[in-house]
Amino acid sequence: MKPILEIKKLYKTYHTKKCEIEALKNINFEVYEGDFIGIVGPSGCGKSTLLSIIGNLESITKGTVKKDKNLKIGYMLQDDCLFPWLTIYENCLLGLKINKICNKENIDNVKKLLSTYGLKDFMNNYPNDLSGGMRQRAALIRTLAIKPDILLLDEPFSALDYYTRLSVSNDVLDIIRKEKKTLIIVTHDISEAISMCKKIIVLSKRPSTIKNIYNINYKEDRENPIKNRSSREFMNYYEKIWEDLTNEK
Amino acid sequence: MKSEEYKKYLKRIKRDNLLVLFTQILIIVIFFVVWQILADKKIINTFLVSSPSKVLDTIVDLMKQNNLWKHIFATLYEIVISFILGNVIGIVFASILWFSKFLSRVFEPFLTILNSLPKVALGPLIIVWAGANTKSIIIMALLISAIISVINIHNAFKVTDPNKIKIVRTMGGSKLQVFTKVVIPSNILPIIESFKINVSMCFVGVIMGELLVSKEGIGYLIMYGSQVFNMNLVITGVILLVILTIILYYVVYYIEKISKR
Ligand SMILES: Nc1ncnc2c1ncn2[C@@H]1O[C@H](COP(=O)(O)OP(=O)(O)OP(=O)(O)O)[C@@H](O)[C@H]1O
Ligand SMILES: [Mg+2]
Repeated sequence: MKPILEIKKLYKTYHTKKCEIEALKNINFEVYEGDFIGIVGPSGCGKSTLLSIIGNLESITKGTVKKDKNLKIGYMLQDDCLFPWLTIYENCLLGLKINKICNKENIDNVKKLLSTYGLKDFMNNYPNDLSGGMRQRAALIRTLAIKPDILLLDEPFSALDYYTRLSVSNDVLDIIRKEKKTLIIVTHDISEAISMCKKIIVLSKRPSTIKNIYNINYKEDRENPIKNRSSREFMNYYEKIWEDLTNEK
Repeated sequence: MKSEEYKKYLKRIKRDNLLVLFTQILIIVIFFVVWQILADKKIINTFLVSSPSKVLDTIVDLMKQNNLWKHIFATLYEIVISFILGNVIGIVFASILWFSKFLSRVFEPFLTILNSLPKVALGPLIIVWAGANTKSIIIMALLISAIISVINIHNAFKVTDPNKIKIVRTMGGSKLQVFTKVVIPSNILPIIESFKINVSMCFVGVIMGELLVSKEGIGYLIMYGSQVFNMNLVITGVILLVILTIILYYVVYYIEKISKR
């Protein structure tokens, strides 16, 4: 199978007036269709930078990011960033309007997503009327509206309280799986990564290199992140990754 | 269903509001009554401080000469024109500065200095350049209002939530789309705030201009009155100004209320 995204010998250095910040150093990995990849690493190591580069928001210093020209990217941030002056429905149409692809098919798709994921009754409400979890779902639908091939999530749940976070991450994952999307998610929560992803990339401290890549397998094929958390494999992975993050050699 | 307590609470609030309004009106009435009594008893010199009845006489006189509305409209016209122009200039220039980091860096110090310069000092210069007419009054008002609105609106634009901008960019939005979809809608309140400041700035500028050059307007009435030592006219002018201020205040207040919905 051919990867949809291939990162080779990627370096990223930020230049500021005071100094140079070497954020990424020699990053190599591939992403295949349907992958669920988690990226973990110490704070400030360059996780967001890596996503920004994949999402064309940041330039590359050295190396290559090979991807299909038509690869459509959907981005979600920690803050749901719904526009408070637009209704949920209008928010979800934002990407379509910007790309001028507001045709019937795409609009119907958005409406279908809204009703499938329990937001139909809130379509004409403004974001402030919704709970944190619902807002996050709305933000996801907004991201899905342009039918992206790959989703980039940058700590999308960290603004939520623990309980909401568990159920929302469950929901969101479900949606992404059902819509058959590829996912790269950055998180500082190791358990979240292990319970959600099939592959975990552990980054070292700055300048970040890839410390380890884990393929996460559960004996029983359990697709429920909350149940995953109670399995033995979960504990094993957790210990290994924890060790990677704490033992800075 | 509203509970009994809630109804009582609403009632009390209503009563409090009425009481405040009543007291305010009372203060105004007492002020005019005392003023009139003091004038009648010759305790104060009406030649210097006039009296409510004389102010009324003056207003009636002005009406008889068909002058009252002429002066009010002259002032109002200048305020409206400079208000509109000031806001347009404010928004247009703030947008240009938002689009170009370079221009904003070049012009920011100029704006700051121009803003702190006492604009009255430029009055004589403007009159020489633009002539002693309505044009220089409007230029004066614009100098005072437009610069501050460029600064205020641009400052608001600058702190637009970077994450919202990021979202539009990740969807493939251009800089123009970032501007129309994020920057403008997130800054509606600051823009209206700047309109509000502009009303009073234009007012100051217009009256200042009228004091310096004009042949009509409320500022002219005050200036002319003081030159011929007709204090009735001066104080009438001041009272007209107060009334105009109140009206403008409420216009802006309602615009704000409507836009917040
Ligand atoms: N625009 C920028 N200009 C200069 N330096 C930057 C810029 N963006 C990020 N950096 C620096 O690059 C490094 C990596 O930042 P990045 O935001 O990618 O880290 P992160 O892993 O996402 O951190 P966190 O876990 O706190 O979100 C940091 O040291 C940061 O200071
Ligand atoms: Mg980050």
